[in-house]
Amino acid sequence: MSNKIEIKIEHVTRVEGHGNIVLNAEDGAVKQVQWQVSEAPRFFEAMMVGRDYSELTHIASRICGICSISHGLVSLKATERAMGVEISDQTLYLRKLAHHAEHLQSHVLHVGYLVAPDLFGVGSVFPLVGTHKDTVVKIIKLHRLANEMSDLFCGRTTHPITLTVGGFTKIPTEKELVSLRQRLEDAVETTKEVAGVVLAGVDKLPDFTRETEYIAISSDEEYAMYDGVITSTDAGRLNNDAYQDITNEFVVPYSTAKHARHKRDSYMVGALARFNLNSEKLSPLARQVADMFGLRPLNYNPYMNSVAQLVEVAHCLEDSIAKVDALLDTGLKDERPDFKVNPGRGVGVIEAPRGLLIHDYTIDENGKCIKANCVIPTNQNHRNIQKDMEVLAPLLISQDKDKKEIELTLEMLVRAYDPCISCSTHYLKVDFE
Amino acid sequence: MMRPGVKPRVAFFDFASCEGCQLQVVNLEESVIDLIDIVNVVSFREAMKEHSDDYDIAFVEGSIMRPMDEERLKNIRNRAKILVALGACACIGGINTLRNRYSVEHVKKVVYGDADMDGNPFFDVFHTKAVGDVVDVDYYVHGCPINRDELAKVVTSLALGKKPEIPNYPVCVECKKKGNVCIFERGGFCLGPVTRAGCGAICPTNGSGCEGCRGLVDNPNTDSELEVLEKYGLRLEDALGKFDIFCYRYKGEISK
Repeated sequence: MSNKIEIKIEHVTRVEGHGNIVLNAEDGAVKQVQWQVSEAPRFFEAMMVGRDYSELTHIASRICGICSISHGLVSLKATERAMGVEISDQTLYLRKLAHHAEHLQSHVLHVGYLVAPDLFGVGSVFPLVGTHKDTVVKIIKLHRLANEMSDLFCGRTTHPITLTVGGFTKIPTEKELVSLRQRLEDAVETTKEVAGVVLAGVDKLPDFTRETEYIAISSDEEYAMYDGVITSTDAGRLNNDAYQDITNEFVVPYSTAKHARHKRDSYMVGALARFNLNSEKLSPLARQVADMFGLRPLNYNPYMNSVAQLVEVAHCLEDSIAKVDALLDTGLKDERPDFKVNPGRGVGVIEAPRGLLIHDYTIDENGKCIKANCVIPTNQNHRNIQKDMEVLAPLLISQDKDKKEIELTLEMLVRAYDPCISCSTHYLKVDFE
Repeated sequence: MMRPGVKPRVAFFDFASCEGCQLQVVNLEESVIDLIDIVNVVSFREAMKEHSDDYDIAFVEGSIMRPMDEERLKNIRNRAKILVALGACACIGGINTLRNRYSVEHVKKVVYGDADMDGNPFFDVFHTKAVGDVVDVDYYVHGCPINRDELAKVVTSLALGKKPEIPNYPVCVECKKKGNVCIFERGGFCLGPVTRAGCGAICPTNGSGCEGCRGLVDNPNTDSELEVLEKYGLRLEDALGKFDIFCYRYKGEISK
């Protein structure tokens, strides 16, 4: 009798957006394994064309509810480069703080609410409210701090209001910064406690490795998140403006999201890529968290992306304290954006929580956007997920794992990448492989 | 309506959107713990693995873009006793209607090129529709994103079997209460005079003009908006352009 395994997980849960996992195997041989994206395409670049430069950041933020600040910020970077707008150091620091707030929010959400249930063997965070209330309350406390930090710098948690070309429409007071600083200090201990809880369950993360290429921005100044040069573990530092030679996006018929490849058949972006490229620039607490888990570069286990996110939570907390101190040292000034509309093309590059994010705009002499292109982290990861599955699925079958365990391991793989699927289906150019 | 003494079964669904409105449920922080005391969340793909097709209240985020989405939405409507549209994409089409400025053929051409997409349901797209364009909607929670306190109030009202109240007065009312300097006075542009309140005038309070994400009030005072435009020397054409972002569906009506 033949031994068949048929898996179709429609709409993987605890991820942003709609994706399916399909696996068919017979007598120990995998016939088909696919990571499919079925999300409706949303055509953002087409929507931006014809709009005034001042509206682009607000339209761009709507690409993603979780990383709306990164989209808002990179949109400003592209617009400002296109028009030749300079920003002040104060604006730069405030933007970096807004960006840290988003990384904190997004990473705590992912590790605390979406991944943790797998470590406790439950289906969601809700049952943990009954069994592990203390831990859940700690996670909520960190999440609340991150969101209130976004409120402070962006005017709102999701879809920033205050970010505008050349600066801000409103900035916090020094008093508010002092109070934030205290809360960030208090959160250090909470972060260590949450890391301890994750550590206790970390053996639930599969021990799976597959060598691949990692791509993230890097910088001589700091652990690169906001500014830097696109860098690869295979090819070193690259040219941001020639990003299309790096991302090489293409389309496969089973996915409404594009795939990407660079030196190999696939590459990975996100927290693990950043860690693998830039770990020596992490803050002391972040290094401490990495040591707790024995995380060292180069780590080729995609499941460790969640641990790398936790490391970055520690880094963002400490670096935010340093940036608040720098702002308080110089004192806040009431600056008004001051610039002229100039035509041009600008490429903006940033690290969103899920990885390398690029917006590329062309603006005409009337300040209208005439061309837009956005490269999304999850698009760059889809192919790496697919390639991981192609190695992982036969491995699990050869180890005689039952169907339920195979399903869970594949689902956890997708979850580890923290995919942002609605982001990744923002646009599609059909160019079938 | 609801089964007395039994917690209503609540499900969340999403269509074309950024999922930022469902994220506001998570962003309720500690209050989520109170809410799950009064409702039983039986499906919420973004946050939980469990799923049940037996629910009383369906919250639906996102716009409807394809025949396959319409089918799924009708199915949800058939199962739910109450259907609530969550956020601008679901309530009024929101940001997704920005592409309705162009014909479907044009958008498809721009996006798909000359590739033959016939028969592939994933890519079978029509002009963006709001949820209410396809099925009956019982209640609306407006905004991009929704105001999470308003969501908590709506959930509580429905759990108690009461009818949630949604404001039907313009953002200007809330903005004046906050004592903000008028955005027009500051040289900006604002849709506050005609947009439905309930957001606490959050954009003007943060120094940015209202973009109309909560849609228009039921009987918008367009005369007053015109007077404001005239007073500040702004062009009607530019003002109408601002409706494209969230309120494209009202543009024909408003330009009269």
